[in-house]
Amino acid sequence: MTVSENDKAIVMAEIRVPTLGESVTEATIGKWFKKPGEAVAVDEPLVELETDKVTIEVPAPAAGVLSEIAAKDGETVGVGALLGQIKEGAGAPAKPAAVATAATPVKLAAPAPTADTPVAPSVRRIATETGVDPGAVAGSGKDGRVTKGDMMAAIERAASAPTPVAAPAAAVAVRAPSPADDASREERVKMSRLRQTIARRLKDAQNTAAMLTTFNEVDMSAVMAMRNQYKDLFEKKHGNKLGFMGFFVKACVQALKDIPAVNAEIDGTDLIYKNYYHVGIAVGTEKGLVVPVVRDADHLSLSQIEKAISDFGRRARDGALKIDEMQGGTFTITNGGVYGSLMSTPILNAPQSGILGMHKIQERPVAIGGKIEIRPMMYLALSYDHRIVDGREAVTFLVRVKELLEDPARIVLDL
Amino acid sequence: MSYDLIVIGTGPGGYVCAIRAAQLGLKVAVVEKRGAHGGTCLNVGCIPSKALLHASEMFEEAGHSFAKMGIGVSTPKLDLPTMLKFKDEAVDGNVKGVDYLLKKNKIDSVFGVGRITAPGKVEVTSADGKTQTLETKSIVIATGSAVAPLKGIEIDGKRVVTSDQAIALPQVPGHLLVVGAGVIGLELGSVWRRLGAKVTVVEFLDRILPGLDSEVGRQSQRLLEKQGLVFKLGSKVTGVDSAGKTLKAKIEPAKGGAAETIEADVVLVAIGRVPFTEGLGLEAAGVTKDNRGRVTVDAHYATSVPGIYAIGDVIAGPMLAHKAEDEGMAAAELIAGHAGHVNYDVIPNVVYTFPEIASVGKTEDELKEAGIAYNAGKFPFTANGRAKANQQTDGFVKILADAKTDRVLGVHIVGSDAGNMIAEAAVAMEFGASSEDIARTCHAHPTLPEAVKEAALAVAKRAIHM
Repeated sequence: MTVSENDKAIVMAEIRVPTLGESVTEATIGKWFKKPGEAVAVDEPLVELETDKVTIEVPAPAAGVLSEIAAKDGETVGVGALLGQIKEGAGAPAKPAAVATAATPVKLAAPAPTADTPVAPSVRRIATETGVDPGAVAGSGKDGRVTKGDMMAAIERAASAPTPVAAPAAAVAVRAPSPADDASREERVKMSRLRQTIARRLKDAQNTAAMLTTFNEVDMSAVMAMRNQYKDLFEKKHGNKLGFMGFFVKACVQALKDIPAVNAEIDGTDLIYKNYYHVGIAVGTEKGLVVPVVRDADHLSLSQIEKAISDFGRRARDGALKIDEMQGGTFTITNGGVYGSLMSTPILNAPQSGILGMHKIQERPVAIGGKIEIRPMMYLALSYDHRIVDGREAVTFLVRVKELLEDPARIVLDL
Repeated sequence: MSYDLIVIGTGPGGYVCAIRAAQLGLKVAVVEKRGAHGGTCLNVGCIPSKALLHASEMFEEAGHSFAKMGIGVSTPKLDLPTMLKFKDEAVDGNVKGVDYLLKKNKIDSVFGVGRITAPGKVEVTSADGKTQTLETKSIVIATGSAVAPLKGIEIDGKRVVTSDQAIALPQVPGHLLVVGAGVIGLELGSVWRRLGAKVTVVEFLDRILPGLDSEVGRQSQRLLEKQGLVFKLGSKVTGVDSAGKTLKAKIEPAKGGAAETIEADVVLVAIGRVPFTEGLGLEAAGVTKDNRGRVTVDAHYATSVPGIYAIGDVIAGPMLAHKAEDEGMAAAELIAGHAGHVNYDVIPNVVYTFPEIASVGKTEDELKEAGIAYNAGKFPFTANGRAKANQQTDGFVKILADAKTDRVLGVHIVGSDAGNMIAEAAVAMEFGASSEDIARTCHAHPTLPEAVKEAALAVAKRAIHM
């Protein structure tokens, strides 16, 4: 027989680091919203975790009292690691106490290893030899201690994972000290995990892809006219505003269908052409850039796309995006125009092979049919990976996007 | 008055449960039928047998080892009544210790036979026939076990005995026939052999110490045979004729075949123990038992009747004092509304023969059967400095570790002091240690536990002293 369920008489639930999505193995504790001893309701956010991709909130798995915080603010934790515990208490459904008579408050042994928990000798040896930090490995031993087996499994996972856990550390360059005069006027701030990841991924993309950018410009008159004509009706029917992004997503999806290389990626010596269209939309937030993905955009109506994007934007600013909502994109659109950019060269969102840069719509004189006219113009940029996309394809893609936007009827007619 | 908890039985499970509950603030009473606290373990089990094992070992040492160490003594003479008194003093000292602990924790002791008349009601009938009914919120059944009877053999308590009497034989039998090559048979067989008896051990199975690692069993058998124990394996005792001056035991091969008769002065029936629940009123109270007569409990030691719990030998699991103690502790904690837990994967087991036999975790046989890939590291005491210095080099340490994770899955020790050495292995296993963890832990020199470290090194084929 086993009595492992015993603990449940007291401990209602353990709070553990949830699965964070593919290739995300660890997170940093951002902030605990609750203090030990405070009552919590089921699904109430307890703690914020910062990961490579996103900041997520871990909700309370059960109602009760937060009895124990096992990982403090700023600590790095692996997937599955114990964050804390909720025990029975005020707000929790009262368990029919069989014959509990003593009202002694429940005291529990520390359920997870703290920073000063000694590390087993085999684990120390492996950590020294491989550089794998036992603190970042979820422990299966008593009270969550890391065993030799846990370390070996972590090494095995790291070996098969696309991005080794230890990689970012190697990239840290030490800066020469500033003159004393200036040093006192500098502020040193630790990079958030999100910022570190953005930095690493952008640089990885630059180092890997043969990246270059082609430009074009689009006359937004038609789209704007259509928008002005239907915006009220659209909002009335669909409940959200008619913006420009929907048109761009639609135009890009059609262009991607015409030029499959832009929707493809390189895997070793293979090319993978994707016959699905998951379009990432870059969203700036206070903490950094995130790229939620509109999945199967080719199957969505313009209103559905608009709705999805405005929902993403709102939740990105609240830090409420889920990891899986930011994975699996095949192409990305970034809009520097919202900040006033006229022209830019976006960096690829690896392993994707294309990214469209939108810019500010600006009225400019253009020659139309031999006459100068004032038109609302936007420069378009397509950065692409020349290893997989030829110049002809890249230019054609951008021309297709331009044509579709200048004459939206083509979107409807699939021309 | 009404109690929070009444514990029926004051063996290692019961008294520990009572003390733990009292520590947690519960008002506790214990009911004991024996007239002395401590149960089988203290009164007629672990403690008296260990006193006799110690004394008889000294006797044998004095007779066999002193001369070669340069200690000149005349041939030692056995004074059995004094040795039995030495044993009784050990029992007495331990029982008084329990009395003191119960008092110290303000636990009421009620002597008499307890019967559960209803949930929350325990009727106690004392030796003089008077009854009283105690009221309580919870009841823990800790009534332990009794000697398992053997079909066709009647225990007379004089010549055909159980362990209860075998710890107090008034004279050394000329020939002791032990039925059952388990821990009790081997320990008491060892005692009387050292004191001069010829000892024959009959075992139904084809190996001694069933349940232990088979390599441990084989090696132990060889060592015990060297000391003079005679084993008749694969045999059963079908009857004992006690008409004559000597007993005539009928022995048959387990698989069937011609019977033979062995004459003996005393027959010790030691084929095991069975849960003891007689007279407790369990049937009337509705407490269910399994097909082997063990009280069924859930993971919180709760029986089928709310408010009634059971621990120790009366429930499933190995019949070991320390297992009962840990369950008593856990049950008290659970009843008081705390967390309580017993890790059944890490319960050590010790046989106090010479050399001792100790184990914790899985045997090689179990690992093979479960198809778990493992590495074994073995180190003999012949290569251990301290064992050599003591000239006690019988036995070995064997560590079994998971082939992939190196986690220690089982440790088996045959050797002088094995019972003390196994504690290290239990702590390591409780913390999920790998064999490398043991190997990288500094062990004092020269000690016997160095052999544990060497066996751990041997798992990775890097033992130094071999």
